[in-house]
Amino acid sequence: MSALSNWSWDYDGWIVLAGILCAIAASLPGNFLLLRRMSLLGDAISHAILPGLAVAFLITGSRSSLPMFLGAVVVGLLTAVFTEWIRNFGEVDEGASMGVVFTTLFALGLVMIVQAADHVDLDPGCVLYGSLETTTFDMVEVAGMEIPRVVLVLSAVTAMNLLVVVLFFKELKLSAFDPALATTCGISARLMHYLLMIIVAVTAVASFESVGNILVVAMFVVPPATAFLLTERLRSMIIVSALIAALSATLGHVSAIVVPSWFGYRSTSTSGMMALCAGILFFVISLLGPQHGVLIRILRRQRLSRRILSEDLIALLYRMDERKSGVVASIDQLRAALLSSGFMSSLLMKQHARKGHVIATENGYQLTDSGRRLGAELVRSHRLWEQYLVSEGGVAVDRIHGQAEQLEHFTGRELRDRLQQETSAPVLDPHGSPIPPE
Amino acid sequence: MRTLAALHSILAFASSSLTDLSIRWPTWPEWKRVLFLQDYNTRVVMLGTMLLGLAAGMVGSFTLLRRRALMGDALSHATLPGVGLAFLIAPSLGLAEKSLPVLLTGAALSGIAGVVAILYVRNLTRLKEDAALGIVLSVFFGAGIAILSIAQQSVGHSAGLESFIYGKPASMIESDRLLIGCSGVLTLLIMGVLFKELTLLCFDEGFAASRGYPVLLLDLVLMGLVVIVTIIGLQAVGLVLMIALLVIPAAASRFWTQNLKQMILISAAIGGAGGFVGAAMSALFRNLPAGAMIVLVCSALFFISMMFGTERGLVVRSLRRRDLNRSVDHQHLLRGLFELQEIRGPKAGIPFSELQTLRSWSSYRLLKEIERCRRRGLVFRDSDQNLSLTSSGVVEASRLVHEHRLWELYLITHADVAPGRVDQSADAIEHVLEPELIAQLEELLLQRRRVQGIAPSPHPVDAEQAS
Repeated sequence: MSALSNWSWDYDGWIVLAGILCAIAASLPGNFLLLRRMSLLGDAISHAILPGLAVAFLITGSRSSLPMFLGAVVVGLLTAVFTEWIRNFGEVDEGASMGVVFTTLFALGLVMIVQAADHVDLDPGCVLYGSLETTTFDMVEVAGMEIPRVVLVLSAVTAMNLLVVVLFFKELKLSAFDPALATTCGISARLMHYLLMIIVAVTAVASFESVGNILVVAMFVVPPATAFLLTERLRSMIIVSALIAALSATLGHVSAIVVPSWFGYRSTSTSGMMALCAGILFFVISLLGPQHGVLIRILRRQRLSRRILSEDLIALLYRMDERKSGVVASIDQLRAALLSSGFMSSLLMKQHARKGHVIATENGYQLTDSGRRLGAELVRSHRLWEQYLVSEGGVAVDRIHGQAEQLEHFTGRELRDRLQQETSAPVLDPHGSPIPPE
Repeated sequence: MRTLAALHSILAFASSSLTDLSIRWPTWPEWKRVLFLQDYNTRVVMLGTMLLGLAAGMVGSFTLLRRRALMGDALSHATLPGVGLAFLIAPSLGLAEKSLPVLLTGAALSGIAGVVAILYVRNLTRLKEDAALGIVLSVFFGAGIAILSIAQQSVGHSAGLESFIYGKPASMIESDRLLIGCSGVLTLLIMGVLFKELTLLCFDEGFAASRGYPVLLLDLVLMGLVVIVTIIGLQAVGLVLMIALLVIPAAASRFWTQNLKQMILISAAIGGAGGFVGAAMSALFRNLPAGAMIVLVCSALFFISMMFGTERGLVVRSLRRRDLNRSVDHQHLLRGLFELQEIRGPKAGIPFSELQTLRSWSSYRLLKEIERCRRRGLVFRDSDQNLSLTSSGVVEASRLVHEHRLWELYLITHADVAPGRVDQSADAIEHVLEPELIAQLEELLLQRRRVQGIAPSPHPVDAEQAS
């Protein structure tokens, strides 16, 4: 952590603040882009604005930032409009039309800049990828305080996006989820679409010229995607995405200073690291998220399949016991019938023995009374379901077993009673086996 | 503001030369040298970019049909961290840091990592394709920028690395062309062998899976092809413009054909032409960067295709729509005249104004149609300028009315539609009835006697009567 000893709030503080503002500004409209499945639009717009900058310069001949800003925003909007046109008139798939438009505009912008910059060895890198590190080089005085220009601009953009999202929350939400319904409710889905495009373009351009486009492109997509994995409600998704955006911006700057020092380098690009941190946060949450996390889902599935196997084992033992009371079954017999793995089966049988459902003998396992009760419940569910499927569902007798086999694991006492009622309390199931009493 | 400042400094240089933006027209010997590939350097570049365009066009067709046109976008960005890492690691392996094989291996490895990441997000989380591409694109690119920024301080002269982002076709050498050629042949071979499987994957993934094809593996192969093409294209046209070669030719070829094999060929041709012409223009004219020119030539071809494509081009489609509208108008006019004359008697002329109220057609449109029918001898104007059917017009019109009423009858007798509502439904379908279908309908419905060979209308015909 020695690398952080040079941390200065006057310098690093402003950088982090600028990064946070940019991240939040981008993640607000990003939520709606994600829901509309247009996540790549931010990327497209931030590439496409190049000719806007060039044309604004060529027309006005001035190097002030306002015309450039307007030029870029207009071209950003045109990207969305052209994409829409090509998609509608040419019947080209959305992604492809976006690809056509933004690469063409980018190439056009490149040609213009090279044309304009005669004899100059142009490095478009410095045009395209701004750096947060220089935030504090350009200060303005506001209300007696020295504030970096970048922070001022980004605060304005963040405030604007926040205002739009709060004011038009209902409209944006409805037109994102169901444009047709929105239109019938008297909300112009088209208008909302273009309103969203405008704030995306303004955000992209404002962030682009101050902090570089990689940060804003990442923040359009990654924090909303992460929030999408954590929550089911749009309102909380927006709040969570803003928090994640701010967190990744902070972590990004710290790690841009700290991580390279581990390998003996000086600090690296802050906006690159902010994007990377957002990505790492996304990966961690996609793995460990409480609801939709990949690991959680795998664990849940494993637990379920283990429970089903353990129930199947007891039910099988019960059926064998039915034919020959007090039967002793070896693990091999059981797993041959269930096609299960030997390890799992013997593990689960040991568990049953610990709970007192079975007694382990030399040759295998034998049901105890409590095990017999458990098995009877399962077999009862199974056979009641079979009876129900035949008598009420009209399913052929040779096809009921598989379905009953699945349903039996999710059937409790109450449902069994209902089934018994519906099937008028049968004694035998359709195959002729007795249905054990409750 | 910093970036703008950078731009400003560039443009400040430029403003001196802004006045002479004119492009010098090349002389004939220059044309000859470029077009006949006499110059060694130009030849290498032009043939190289052409091969690249061919390969990208072919692979792009599949990704487009897979609705993953922007996968090239994500994967080309995903190669960047690999390039940077290879650059950092190469010296410790005792290799030159800018040795191309090392850099390309790094690019390939991180491209594959990108593929895996896309599949992870798409298949294992509940996010959709576009989010997967967006995440991989921005995060990998961010990592790449961070690594390159370290690489820059480590060795001081990493300048060459930027050509991976923006491309430097002019620096292409013979070995590059060989590399592009070999990879092109490799992609062609893979696509040839797996043509059927990849087609199935693109058109009906579920069906492919149900037939036992390894869908995930095929997906990997397809993305692998994109990675190969992207990597060989990185040096030539750069990361951003490589996307264009993967998307634009394929999207353009869709306008020309519905057949996948033809589409791949056309797409390859457009990509190849874009590569060749773009590089040639860059060689001929001062100050036209080759990478951007290749893209612009491709987009020009795209817009030409979108306009004039023979299958789905805008012109063809609007002509087709015009033809359909005309034939619909034609049928409406004849049927309207016939039905009015059926009531008023064959000698009664129908005034124009009455015809106009029959449908929501503008008087211009109706006049045009009347003129067309008059020229074909189906309709004539009597002395009062009223309209009547000629004898050949009656023949044509009775066929149309017959078809219309057959369908109405069918709707009433077989589909239980109320007689008052069949007119409009029949109107929608009568223009597209096939002769075989008419024959079937006749057999089905007309055991009863016909009136003048035409079925009687099952509902009142006169507009006033009906309402």
